[in-house]
Amino acid sequence: MEDVGSIVAFWVLSVVTVGAALMVVAVRNLIHAVLFLILSFIGVAGLYITLSADFVAITQILIYAGAISVLILFAVMLTPRAARDNAETFLQLPGLVLAALVGVTVGAIALVTDWNEATRGPFSETAAAIGEALLDKYVLPFEIASVILLAAMVGAIVLVRED
Amino acid sequence: MSVELSHYLMVGAILFSIGLYVALAKRNAVGILMGIELMFNAVNLTLIAFSRFVSPPTDVSGHVFVVFVITVAAAEAALALALAMVIYRNRETIDIDKINLMRW
Repeated sequence: MEDVGSIVAFWVLSVVTVGAALMVVAVRNLIHAVLFLILSFIGVAGLYITLSADFVAITQILIYAGAISVLILFAVMLTPRAARDNAETFLQLPGLVLAALVGVTVGAIALVTDWNEATRGPFSETAAAIGEALLDKYVLPFEIASVILLAAMVGAIVLVRED
Repeated sequence: MSVELSHYLMVGAILFSIGLYVALAKRNAVGILMGIELMFNAVNLTLIAFSRFVSPPTDVSGHVFVVFVITVAAAEAALALALAMVIYRNRETIDIDKINLMRW
């Protein structure tokens, strides 16, 4: 049913995404951690493409790999006297145990549940359908999202303003 | 073998637990924010996977939901980093071990 290319793409992108996320944990330099985070974002965008979500993949590149990464880098650069060592708190061991428990539980549930999968259509473009849905069925959440963005922008400006 | 829904769900679960660990255990406030963004990505990947494998092909509700999640994540990132900047300006650190204003 599926060609070899998409299977290879899935495995390569999964390894890149999870490996970069592990490097975010492992590296000792905060700047390097941000760079690996960007790599992980790009890997997730590739996984979106293998799921035929072209519009969401482009949005992921623009917002996450572009805007949010630049925001995080700015926050690191603008705190010059803060520690850059990416170290852990005393919660390292409990955090590890809890994260492992959550991962194993979610993974086990994902494996044993019968998800009643529908037949998959061919790869198709989604941007036009998403645009119609945003302005028709989801127009109220769309407007609320714009108000949230405005409130966040005003709040961020008020918070960091020198006075 | 082919790539099925469970493969994507496993990737999402692994990514979520890595993000959870980063958000719980990192000492730098920006590092915690990075963990939260990783968790957002895991949930978005799961939503898109369900949209592809479970819902009918013409339904883009999962995609629309992911677009909203990305919007709220961007707003949250901007506000969280603004808070980190304010804390840094007042305390000269964003190490959460040293931010103990609410300790009794």
